[in-house]
Amino acid sequence: MEAHAEHAHHHHHHDDVEVNPAAWTDGKRYAWLLGIVVPLAPFFAWFYWELTGFGGFWFLGPVLVFVLFPLLDFAIGMDPTNPPDSVLKFLEQDRYYRWCTYLFIPIQYAGLIFACWMWSNGDLTTVESIGLALTMGVVGGIAINTAHELGHKRANSERWLSRVALAQTGYGHFFIEHNRGHHVKVATPEDPASARLGESFWAFLPRTVTGSLRSAWELEGVRLDRLEKPHFGLHNDILTAWAMTVALFAGLAIVFGPIVLPYLLVQAVIGFSLLEVVNYLEHYGLLRQKKDDGRYERCLPEHSWNSNNVASNVLLYHLQRHSDHHANPTRRYQALRHVDEAPQLPTGYAGMIVLAWFPPLWRRVMDPRLLDHYEGDVTRCNIQPRKLGRVLERYGRPA
Amino acid sequence: MSAWHCPACEYVFDEETGHPREGFPPGTSWNEVPDDWACPDCGVRDKIDFEPVVNDA
Repeated sequence: MEAHAEHAHHHHHHDDVEVNPAAWTDGKRYAWLLGIVVPLAPFFAWFYWELTGFGGFWFLGPVLVFVLFPLLDFAIGMDPTNPPDSVLKFLEQDRYYRWCTYLFIPIQYAGLIFACWMWSNGDLTTVESIGLALTMGVVGGIAINTAHELGHKRANSERWLSRVALAQTGYGHFFIEHNRGHHVKVATPEDPASARLGESFWAFLPRTVTGSLRSAWELEGVRLDRLEKPHFGLHNDILTAWAMTVALFAGLAIVFGPIVLPYLLVQAVIGFSLLEVVNYLEHYGLLRQKKDDGRYERCLPEHSWNSNNVASNVLLYHLQRHSDHHANPTRRYQALRHVDEAPQLPTGYAGMIVLAWFPPLWRRVMDPRLLDHYEGDVTRCNIQPRKLGRVLERYGRPA
Repeated sequence: MSAWHCPACEYVFDEETGHPREGFPPGTSWNEVPDDWACPDCGVRDKIDFEPVVNDA
């Protein structure tokens, strides 16, 4: 019975089958265009508000990502299908897929300009303006995901687009910290962006925001020292990225009036907090062991939480195939693969985000899964040092 | 002059061209690159994991 299930499970992955790229079709090909639904949210909100007069539509962004997508994950379910190995190269060089991500950015900024116009001239109530700020925050957070996809690529044009997408949330340092810090230290206690067992999202948030900033600054400092350039100057990629944000916000305030500034700040905080809650769930409690030579073992598939929920995977450009992303960070989203050894989340990232806001619920759902993953051995988890005693008391197995 | 490639991605460090953005000007010997320098493209492997590029010239 078990062997049969195992066989059926492997059957639809067809990784090792030789397939002619021309004969293989990508089931998600046109679904990736749905990635622009989120940046279009402020326009949809306006349309339905005009149509119905109901101001609640300005909250469309959070409703979309925190209510609709979790429900879609339950309704649509999972798809663990992988592109066969023989079509990976073909898939990656198909420029259609990258244009899907480039398209996000002009829509993102058209929406931001539109939002500023609404905040200054749109006749919105304060509550409606706040709703629009939350919607723009969600757009900004999902834009960090788009920036993430682009920032991992080797082409300078894509790296530049990545920084542009980050400007809305003032998170330009993410581009450095994520690639050179997080990917190197992932699933170790040294990584500010890897969450620990016993650490609530609300404790993780300030630690990752400040720790990632510090780490980005240190990494950039080492590079600038090698270049023999001053830390405060035009060669500092963090400062030039932040300058983009300052210029953007200043420009919008000059055109639309200073009234837009508080809303721009609110949406930026919402945006990067959305990124950080995704960081929280990606590696919760997972730990790379130290080898005899003092180095950490390589990042393996078992060090990232994955999900095959279709709706969230389309929303986030396959970010949930996170193990393959960490094994092959430069691999393009359309070619990322489901990995059998990876621990699986009970639902998509969209639903897990909401769960993370409620630490007792999060612990109830995730701690047993984490413990199962380590066969009940709590000492193999990345544990929050301040909670070590309590975690061992609760989950420690007597020897 | 020799070249070294990252075992996880397509990045190649060529001593001839170096990697100026990273602070390694052209002609930087591989020995001068610090051991804890991670691959600038993927970040998955460190310098000491890199493998020499073999040329069949």
